[in-house]
Amino acid sequence: MPFIEAIRLALSQIRAQKLKSFFTLLGVTIGVMFLIAVVAVINGMGRYMEEEFAGKLMGVNTFTLRHRPYFEMNTTDEEWRSYARRQRIMLHDVDPVVAALPPDVMWAVESRDNIPVSTKDMRPRDVDAFAVDGQFFEIRSLDVASGRLIAPHEFANGAKVVVIGQDVKKRFFPTTDALGRELRIGGVPYRIIGVMEEQGSVFGLSVDKFVVGPMKSPLARLLNRRPGIIDGIILKSSSMQGMREGMERVRQVMRGRHHLRPAQPDDFSIETTESALTFWAKIENVLVMAGVVLPAIGLLVGAIVIMNIMLVAVAQRTREIGIRKSLGARRRDILSQFLVEAATLSTIGAIFGILLGVGIAALVEKASPMPASVAPWSVVTAVILGAGVGIVSGMYPAARAARLDPIVALRQE
Amino acid sequence: MSTQYETAISSTAEREAVIRDHGGAPEEDWVIVTRGIQRDYDMGGEVVHALRGVDLAVRRNEYVAIMGPSGSGKSTLMNIIGCLDTPTAGEYWLNGQLVSDMSDDELARVRNREIGFVFQTFNLLPRATALHNVELPLVYAGIPSQERKRRAHEALERVQLSDRASHRPNELSGGQRQRVAIARALVNRPAILLADEPTGNLDSGTSAEIMKVFETLATEGQTVIMVTHEADIAANARRIVVLRDGRISSDERRESFAARVALAQAAH
Repeated sequence: MPFIEAIRLALSQIRAQKLKSFFTLLGVTIGVMFLIAVVAVINGMGRYMEEEFAGKLMGVNTFTLRHRPYFEMNTTDEEWRSYARRQRIMLHDVDPVVAALPPDVMWAVESRDNIPVSTKDMRPRDVDAFAVDGQFFEIRSLDVASGRLIAPHEFANGAKVVVIGQDVKKRFFPTTDALGRELRIGGVPYRIIGVMEEQGSVFGLSVDKFVVGPMKSPLARLLNRRPGIIDGIILKSSSMQGMREGMERVRQVMRGRHHLRPAQPDDFSIETTESALTFWAKIENVLVMAGVVLPAIGLLVGAIVIMNIMLVAVAQRTREIGIRKSLGARRRDILSQFLVEAATLSTIGAIFGILLGVGIAALVEKASPMPASVAPWSVVTAVILGAGVGIVSGMYPAARAARLDPIVALRQE
Repeated sequence: MSTQYETAISSTAEREAVIRDHGGAPEEDWVIVTRGIQRDYDMGGEVVHALRGVDLAVRRNEYVAIMGPSGSGKSTLMNIIGCLDTPTAGEYWLNGQLVSDMSDDELARVRNREIGFVFQTFNLLPRATALHNVELPLVYAGIPSQERKRRAHEALERVQLSDRASHRPNELSGGQRQRVAIARALVNRPAILLADEPTGNLDSGTSAEIMKVFETLATEGQTVIMVTHEADIAANARRIVVLRDGRISSDERRESFAARVALAQAAH
């Protein structure tokens, strides 16, 4: 029997029993729906991590020297204690580190904490406060929307000036111009000299709620308890190659400064955007596992249901099988009839699942801050899985139908 | 025209001659030749001999009824003639092909091309239209859709049911259903039309109508084999074979059969 004929037959069979068919393909539909939706969300987040997050928060060809890793998951208590015992990165580490690098490498020093700021007539509010030095703004690709950046002499003097993010501006100076106004941090007034461009959000959290002041200003003391301590040194090379070489040189300098013997491990950490992406990859693996297990359960249930329904169908249609055999249907005609029917059924289920999954992904994209984008491979996988589930679960019932003795089958009432 | 086929009944001597030639392919005008057909069933360790050596020869254009009480083996013989079953021993030639040791797939092909079944219970697909039911054998013959439709319409015309082509079986009367089944049996131009109790589920009026269709087909040259247990239905055939205990007990023209039946009834 030609394939088209078999599909037409399968469709008419499915149409004849709409309700039963609907319940039959429910399992496959749900499985595929989960697959498409979960993969879409993970995919969207992954793309977002690569394109936005990593670039926005870290920058390309940039690496950071810190006393402990920033992007790390599953830190054990022991590791945590060893991090706490480590020597901190100090301001006096900066010059030797920078000196070891080629002149085209940009550098910045950063300390950072969440602390309250206020104005004369507004209540304090927590913001992300940065005390920085060097080419912080260039490395982070930050620029002002109005006013100006911190000038070199202000860095050198530790002038009490700050630039603020859009959220801080909107919060404290919703209607007026913020430039030249005063912001109080730890009781000390700072003059606002610039308002930064809007950065948007990462995972729905604003990254515009920040203030930046010079490292040498009193601000630094609010961020790190002892003077001279800094959170880290950010270094940006002009190329990937330069970055790799730079990382190794910084490592050697720091090992020398910390007097580490060759056998001792590093007591500091050098991270790149790659570390951030590796960190993400670990989260992604966990999510993908969930994204695989849920649809797998759905598909398994779907397969069992289809097999059962097909077994019932074979039993109910024994007479029909007998008639078809008496009219010249070969075993393989009957086999393919039932296989095609099962495969068509579950493929239709998969198509519904794809539509629902794409719908859910669109809904997530619209209604939540989480991005979602449907992965083409997941759609292809879904169709193949759909047909595959049908074929696998239809195999046994179809083989039973094909093996039926026409005489016995015809006698069936 | 009818007289021409009336005389076409094979004689006993001719049949014996063709049956005696073991292993040899019969001449072309012999549609069915069985030689020493046996069929044993294993019923839980006990062997039942349903057929104990049946020698049957049917020439093209014959109209034969196979009769016998239940348990005589006539259903088994019909299954073997219809290529739904194969004999335990003996040879069966259908339209020049040795069917008795064919594989399942070859048997399916023979059923498709050489045999047109008509069943007691019609055996139409309930959800399919009359036309689609008639098309079915052509589907398995691999005939393209348009040609199928044309030939199915033609076959329905032969049984005067063109106006019911798009009806489903439950919208048809018993007689109409059986005529659809006959159209389906004829659509692939089979060597034999094989009917199993074709009037068993019909009232006597409708039975007569179906017998008229058979009569017409027979006079048009279609070889017809009909299995029945009703003597008056069997009497429509030109030749009547009676089975008893797995063997042929008589094989004669209907005239002599009728005379014998009448005699037996008179004796009661």
